Amino acid sequence: MELLERFAAGDVDAFESLFRQHQGEVYRWIVLIVRNSAAAEDLTVETFWRMHRAHARFDPAKGNCGAWLRRIATNVAIDHLRQARHEVPLPDDLPATAQQPLGEQLAMRREISRAISELSPRVRAVVLLALVEEEPYERIAKALGISESAVKVRVFRGVRFLRKTLSQAGVHP
Amino acid sequence: MKEPEIEDVKKLLKDALPAAQGVELQRDLWPAMLRRLDQRTFRVPWWDWALLAALAGALCLLPGIIPALLYQL
Repeated sequence: MELLERFAAGDVDAFESLFRQHQGEVYRWIVLIVRNSAAAEDLTVETFWRMHRAHARFDPAKGNCGAWLRRIATNVAIDHLRQARHEVPLPDDLPATAQQPLGEQLAMRREISRAISELSPRVRAVVLLALVEEEPYERIAKALGISESAVKVRVFRGVRFLRKTLSQAGVHP
Repeated sequence: MKEPEIEDVKKLLKDALPAAQGVELQRDLWPAMLRRLDQRTFRVPWWDWALLAALAGALCLLPGIIPALLYQL
């Protein structure tokens, strides 16, 4: 019996094989959305826990375990953003440019981080994936279970909100 | 909204936020997964508790239905 069929039948060894095959990929995807490595580890385990609970609903004939996992991981990450509306972490090393002193840069980055954290979790996930990480719209759409045009709408909505919020804070894109 | 406006915001975000691409998992999470699987406990859904509370309330308010319920059992 194939690995996916054994997993769908509830075989724990098959689940372990799938876990080991996909844990890195799931973790990397979650980090792109939550931007916190410790939280991403917990959420990776939560993703596989939900996968394990739903094993009976998995159709091995479709065979795309990776895509299914990415979709679960996206939902888990968005649930996390909903519960913990913390600010997006900033980088530790901030190179000062000739145009802007370090203090101004820090203040600007803090405003950007705050503005992003005010986005709704669904829009925030799309903005981070599409604009910061430059993931293709098609991949984002599949992970969220929405159309590419819906992804574009969320990007527009996010950009419009960020422009408005940042302008009010004195940061002009 | 025009494409250059999106590009401006994109540049601003990319300058301000650390790139998360390339971050790798530092440890095997299977032991944590096993602990999670072992923690599996029997959970009663909230609507079952609600149903039980409604039944208890009905029995307190209308004790006359107890013989009828016992007869049905």
